[in-house]
Amino acid sequence: MNHTVIDAHNLVKVYDEKTIPLYALNGVHLHIESGEFIAIKGPSGSGKTTLLNMIGGLDVPSTGEVIIDGTNINNLKGNALIDFRLNNIGFVFQSYNLIPVLTARENIEFIMLLQKRSSKEINTRVNELLKQIGLEDKADKRPGELSGGQQQRVAVARALAPKPKFILADEPTANLDSVSAGNLLDMMLQLNIQEKMTFVFSTHDQRVIERARRVITLEDGKIVQDSAPKKITHPMYEN
Amino acid sequence: MIAKLSWRNLWRNKTRSLITVTSISFAVLLAVLMQSFQKGVFDHLVKNVVSFYTGYIQVHKSGYWKEKILDNGFLLNDSFQNKITRLPGVKGIVPRLESFMLVSGGSFTKGCMVVGTVPALENQLTGLQEKITAGKYLEANDRSVIIAEGLAGKLKLKTDDTLIILGQGYQGSMAAGKYPIKGLIHFGSPELNDGFVYMPLQLAQELLSAENLLTSIVLDISDPLQMESIQNNIISLSGEGYETMNWKELLPEISNHIKADGASLSIFTGILYFIIGFGIFGTILMMSVERKQEFGMLIAIGMKKVKLSLMLIQETLLISLIGVLIGILLSLPLILYLHLNPIRLGGQIAKVYEQFGFEPYFPTSIEPGIFLQQSTFVLIIAALLGLYPLWYIHKLNPVQAMKR
Repeated sequence: MNHTVIDAHNLVKVYDEKTIPLYALNGVHLHIESGEFIAIKGPSGSGKTTLLNMIGGLDVPSTGEVIIDGTNINNLKGNALIDFRLNNIGFVFQSYNLIPVLTARENIEFIMLLQKRSSKEINTRVNELLKQIGLEDKADKRPGELSGGQQQRVAVARALAPKPKFILADEPTANLDSVSAGNLLDMMLQLNIQEKMTFVFSTHDQRVIERARRVITLEDGKIVQDSAPKKITHPMYEN
Repeated sequence: MIAKLSWRNLWRNKTRSLITVTSISFAVLLAVLMQSFQKGVFDHLVKNVVSFYTGYIQVHKSGYWKEKILDNGFLLNDSFQNKITRLPGVKGIVPRLESFMLVSGGSFTKGCMVVGTVPALENQLTGLQEKITAGKYLEANDRSVIIAEGLAGKLKLKTDDTLIILGQGYQGSMAAGKYPIKGLIHFGSPELNDGFVYMPLQLAQELLSAENLLTSIVLDISDPLQMESIQNNIISLSGEGYETMNWKELLPEISNHIKADGASLSIFTGILYFIIGFGIFGTILMMSVERKQEFGMLIAIGMKKVKLSLMLIQETLLISLIGVLIGILLSLPLILYLHLNPIRLGGQIAKVYEQFGFEPYFPTSIEPGIFLQQSTFVLIIAALLGLYPLWYIHKLNPVQAMKR
């Protein structure tokens, strides 16, 4: 049964408040259920990344609040907030952001080591994730030895490793060619369908929008359209 | 994992890390070499000076050093002497009775220091026998004297001639005697070469009507580093009636010279460390700025700032430690070689040194403390500079940091 994982109330983010106020977000209300596959789209400067940063606890709203699985993250500070992110939120960034000196396996392990999981548990989980992203044979390669698509797959595995409540993906396909982007998105969609993992994308990419069951459109810091969950014609859903 | 990460991060930019390691190693090598030379030269100087006459430690009756008169002498006490001899670290002792007197040969008279001593013990401490240039060295039961060459020249005396000694004895008594000259000794310093007479202790006590009286007990010790603790042991052993002085107190001008020279070396070393500090700081700064985005990502995905800072401090300490170890490994054979094959002075400078009774060479010191001290300094500098990433990470905003 689905439940609310993200509940954002009246999010406002104002910059340069003392001179000319610039609203990055202006009264955003957002309610996301577990298992959703959501694309947040909008032109550059519409507030997509700011919204994602707030949901991810990386930025603080000027007013409003973000409640993740019942916890108001605006009340969390310092290490408590970092711990909350570690255990509840997975991040996939546009430029992969893997640790260049660690292998694919070590990059995935790293986040679980931060969680102080047992080595047995880490090993099982990492093997399982490497299999899921189809990179078992590249486990000992460093990011520099992997293609962009492979690096982003490792980044997704890293985000999944600590078993978060949801994954925030900020333009994850922006640096990928169309084949790699398509493969990556199919993999994420599969994870969504099979494991009910919630994905929230910030994107311009039509391929993401095509796969999303719900598309939110932001303009000038406001939600101008929030499509109701729809039936997708993408082959992944049909299977 | 953090240790693994730190280690691998060090080699992300191999050229930069190698430059940093090389600069630290070179600076440590230079600092250790400078320190070792200075310590070696000073130790050698001290050894020369103390083995010349003073010894490492002297025991007198309280007040003797301020007013060097026989009335400030003390009676030889066998049990006290034995206790000092048995103290750990004491290699030997030389009892002396010293008095400033007039000496004469024919129609010439001159003031000089008359030293009554135990010839064998004196030779062990000061190598007096090696300074004999004519005649023979003293025996304990001799009733003769040996005198400095310069003094003999001024008095127009040679071996087997008679030396007349005249002066004030113990408690105002008259002291006079004539003694055959058994040998001549040569001192490098003209001042000493013109003014020293040695005679057996008992003969001196007889001359000065000072039976069993000593003005000083001079100590030779096996380890100069133990000097202060031996001095303290003697102080607690001897009580208030005696004064126990080390060579630094006996020869303050030498001690001050070493201190002043040490201070100038400290300035040089300070400049050197300042340069090392900049080198390390440059690396830290570059590492921090280059990896800003990565730091932002690590904080975003859930790495605590403290852990991240510790990782960076670890990297700084690691690179410094590698530099220090290489620096020490490079300096060890060099310093050992220079210790075993000291730099020898030649020409006129060597002659001047030899004239003053000093061996004209500069050995390095291989005291482990030097290596330890220099390594510790560099690591402290690295640890202090490691505070920068702490501040940098503390102020880092992950969202800003991840922006390209």
